[in-house]
Amino acid sequence: MSEVRDELKYTEEHEWVLLHADDTATIGITDYAQSSLGDLVFVELPEEGTTFDQNEEMAVVESVKAASEIYAPLSCEVLEVNKEVEEAPELLNNHPYDDAWIARIKITDKKELEDLMSADDYKDMLEGLV
Amino acid sequence: MTVNKRNPQGLLLEEVLLYEQSHSGRMGVDFRAVSLSKDEQRTGLPLRESIELPEVSEPQVVRHFVRLSQKNYGIDSGFFPLGSCTMKHNPRLNEKLARLSGFSQIHPLQPQSTVQGMLELMFNLQNWLNELSGLAQTTLCPAAGAHGELTGIMMIRAAHEDKGNARKVVLVPDSAHGTNPATAAMNGYKIVEIKSDTNGLVDIQALDAAIEKHGTDIAAFMLTNPSTCGLFEPNILNIAEKIHKIGAYFYCDGANFNAIVGKIKPADLGIDVMQYNLHKTFSTPHGGGGPGSGPVSVCAELTPYLPIPLVVKEGDNFKLIEEAPKSIGKIKGYHGQAGMFVRAYAYMLSHGKDGLKQVAEAAVLNANYIMHSLKDDYFMPFNGPCMHECLFTDKQQKETGVTTLDIAKGLTDYGFHPMTTYFPLIVGGAMLIEPTETEPKEAIDEFILTMKELANIAQQNPEAIKQMPQHTPRKRLDEVTAARNPILTYQMSRQTQA
Repeated sequence: MSEVRDELKYTEEHEWVLLHADDTATIGITDYAQSSLGDLVFVELPEEGTTFDQNEEMAVVESVKAASEIYAPLSCEVLEVNKEVEEAPELLNNHPYDDAWIARIKITDKKELEDLMSADDYKDMLEGLV
Repeated sequence: MTVNKRNPQGLLLEEVLLYEQSHSGRMGVDFRAVSLSKDEQRTGLPLRESIELPEVSEPQVVRHFVRLSQKNYGIDSGFFPLGSCTMKHNPRLNEKLARLSGFSQIHPLQPQSTVQGMLELMFNLQNWLNELSGLAQTTLCPAAGAHGELTGIMMIRAAHEDKGNARKVVLVPDSAHGTNPATAAMNGYKIVEIKSDTNGLVDIQALDAAIEKHGTDIAAFMLTNPSTCGLFEPNILNIAEKIHKIGAYFYCDGANFNAIVGKIKPADLGIDVMQYNLHKTFSTPHGGGGPGSGPVSVCAELTPYLPIPLVVKEGDNFKLIEEAPKSIGKIKGYHGQAGMFVRAYAYMLSHGKDGLKQVAEAAVLNANYIMHSLKDDYFMPFNGPCMHECLFTDKQQKETGVTTLDIAKGLTDYGFHPMTTYFPLIVGGAMLIEPTETEPKEAIDEFILTMKELANIAQQNPEAIKQMPQHTPRKRLDEVTAARNPILTYQMSRQTQA
């Protein structure tokens, strides 16, 4: 069973969001996402300073099976990206919630926070998928 | 120097590189001794030494390449069920006709009066494709299917621009060929993905929502029909109406035309533009065997934008139109893949219109036969019947931890080329199987038996299947390391070892 952490918010596209007090957030892909993709071999991250609409494609991860998009969970500006995962994509497989965050973002539309799922809702969704 | 190792059956499992067979001073050709001035030497012998070409004899080179060719697996050596790729037999008649000197020994720059036969064949091929699609006109220029897509969307863009607004968005279902969104992006369009419903079909509510949101910003809808799930889109007329209502064009990826050729005309489904893959539906070689060819047919409204040249008939003569004011222009040097035109036309004539209909019927029947035969052994994500290909997943094998990759590796041990794996992306662990119409029932039965045996091993002895293949020159490859740290040349491998 994939790990789901209570303190995080989730999207249907299997991204996690850690909200901070200053309208910023850290985002990444979930344990379920990394295990269904399989061994990741390539990661392409956005430029810092780029802005995205909610659900817009912001990054690409590639495994030996397929390439897959990572969508912006919220409309945002990218403050910082995790260059380490670009160097070592296997971090996303090994530590999806800790070392292998994808980006730190500034949230530009707080209303969209309502669209995110709680850990319990995400767990329910995963059960539906199995 | 490394020596090839043989096993007791006399099989040569490994083929060492020519570099590794190199022996200093050995030569395949006996060069006359020449004395070079200092200037000449700069581009002569010293250069050859610095790039370390292998020094081998002629028989070594001949045997090396013959043995490599014997390791090759192609449609001429066995069943090749690569879903969505349509690896069908390439009839020898096609090859014979393509080699006639009137087709093979001509040059694209010859005066048109001297190549009337080739032009007539191209004219007839355009007309056959017009007839089969029900569309107004066809360009033969694109060099392959994806190039045909690019050409199609370029024409759509040109038509919108002509009306004063290029528009911004192209809608693409999530089951599409990857080349569809890539094509739209190449033309400067933003891609909006339309989700599939639980039956693997276009989710009409999602389509409505996208139309509501983007309205007349939508330039086109690109549909692969039948889809990469092997399903015919039953709502296609309804979809066409919705797309036309907002003034957008309906593009169909015709890569899977082999499932419907002769049975139904794409124009009757409301399609405005469609590319063919001559190397799929019309049996010309591909996958390393020959170049692709991707003609595109368009509705009357789009004919002014067709690329040049186009073959027309004037009186008794055939000629190339090389200028048209609204044309998107030239998209390829000369006139397209002429050798493939001959093969495709030969295939059409040797089948006739009724025969092409049988092609579609047999392709669909064969796929359904496999689907029905394996339905208890593998999980079917969508209910049948299917079209030209059938889709399974590894869900039923999950319990023992056997995956699609294991099944595919197992097939190679039994001497089959694996099916398409992990595509389409909308189901987990996809196995997409396309037998095509050219396989005899015996070949299909062999494959079915093998798939059943692998399903059985997966359940009884999962460890065994994880070790497959055992009978191939190389066992299970480390794909992850290969992708993360690719070593692409002999020189790179030596640096790594050093």
